[in-house]
Amino acid sequence: MSSTETTYGARDHARAQETVIERPVAPEGAVWAEHVAPDNYTHRVLARGTVFRLANPEGAACAHLLLHHADQPWERLNVADTVKVQWNAYGGDLLLSDQGRVLASIEAADGYDALCGTTPQGRDMFVRAAAKHGLDKRDLPPSLSFFQGTRVRPDGSLHFTGPVGEVVTLRAELPLVVLVVNTAHPLDPFDTCTRLDVTAWPDRPTGPDDPLWTATPEGRRAFENTHEYLSARGLA
Amino acid sequence: MTVVAANAGWSALIRKGQTLSIVDLEGNQAVDFLAYSAADTAERYSAQDTVTAQGNIFLTTGSVLLSNERNPLMTVVEDTCGRHDTIAGACGKESNTLRYGHHTRPQHACVENFLSEGAKWGLGKRDLVSNVNWYMNVPVEEDGTLGIVDGISSPGLKVVLRAAMDVIVLVSNCPQINNPCNGFNPTPVRLEVA
Repeated sequence: MSSTETTYGARDHARAQETVIERPVAPEGAVWAEHVAPDNYTHRVLARGTVFRLANPEGAACAHLLLHHADQPWERLNVADTVKVQWNAYGGDLLLSDQGRVLASIEAADGYDALCGTTPQGRDMFVRAAAKHGLDKRDLPPSLSFFQGTRVRPDGSLHFTGPVGEVVTLRAELPLVVLVVNTAHPLDPFDTCTRLDVTAWPDRPTGPDDPLWTATPEGRRAFENTHEYLSARGLA
Repeated sequence: MTVVAANAGWSALIRKGQTLSIVDLEGNQAVDFLAYSAADTAERYSAQDTVTAQGNIFLTTGSVLLSNERNPLMTVVEDTCGRHDTIAGACGKESNTLRYGHHTRPQHACVENFLSEGAKWGLGKRDLVSNVNWYMNVPVEEDGTLGIVDGISSPGLKVVLRAAMDVIVLVSNCPQINNPCNGFNPTPVRLEVA
């Protein structure tokens, strides 16, 4: 007789399955600590000031990222503004929204890819992750990715430069819906992907006394816009 | 045949097989552009899918504008300018405050045109994504530095797009006066659907 032939047996069988999952090492008080398998995704709503870290422990993760303002998700990451305002295609200290505000700042990274986006499979995972926050396809703008490099030649042609970087540390400057997809870069000829680790812990947002606030005139004005919004809304 | 005034927006439904010509009448005039599947506007131009598929960030003759579902929306069948931008996006009141200062917030901008024109088709803020900038010159240096620099367009240059499906197109004849994309002097452009 099978152990799952009856409701009682099926219940016991199901309950016997629990195992402790492995998590990445995270600081005391962490609010997020998760291994993200290749071709998988994760998502979380994070309070303003939370520091979140993407890590590439096996060397070939590709973390595709989208950020939405949790209080009003029609405000979201704008990669065009992010590269244009910071005058660089390959990296910057700030991830900007379409409203001239700072969604997140980057403490440490070896740049990002703002040009190529994700694969059809990655997009499908973004669709599913977004759905869990009441968001749909219209809410998915171009995305950023970390840990796989691309470069532009003078004639505009793109070439894939392969794995880059081990850790990216970001700081939520507004309350965020964070969508993370771990899947191969669309230009990766080997279609590789290894585990991604995500951790997050409470901290504080960037303030006027922090060097980043005044590091560039564009960034200072983005922080000013962000503060103006938060103070009017009673959040700062 | 429509002349779109300096600083103005325009939109239209272009049927599969029809062409849209965009003529830079006076030269150095950026024309911001978005396209949506008329059958399902959740399917729209994807800059990232387009540049990844063609392996190049510039658009010219032969470039296929792909949707977020990787379907062809429109193909560039003629281009007498040479290259066009896919990465710098549209100017907006808000991004202008970052790029040039808070004093620029009152100035008209492409996002405003996109919102006005999009509203005619039931499209809103959530539907705005990275757009094409016809006639805009945005090189990327070896260290990643990029910027909108002096245009390479001249009077009478033309881009012709053929629709691969029924598409709604939104156009903003760029009003930007703080960078060289319009030669610091926005001018009219001519659009023709045939």
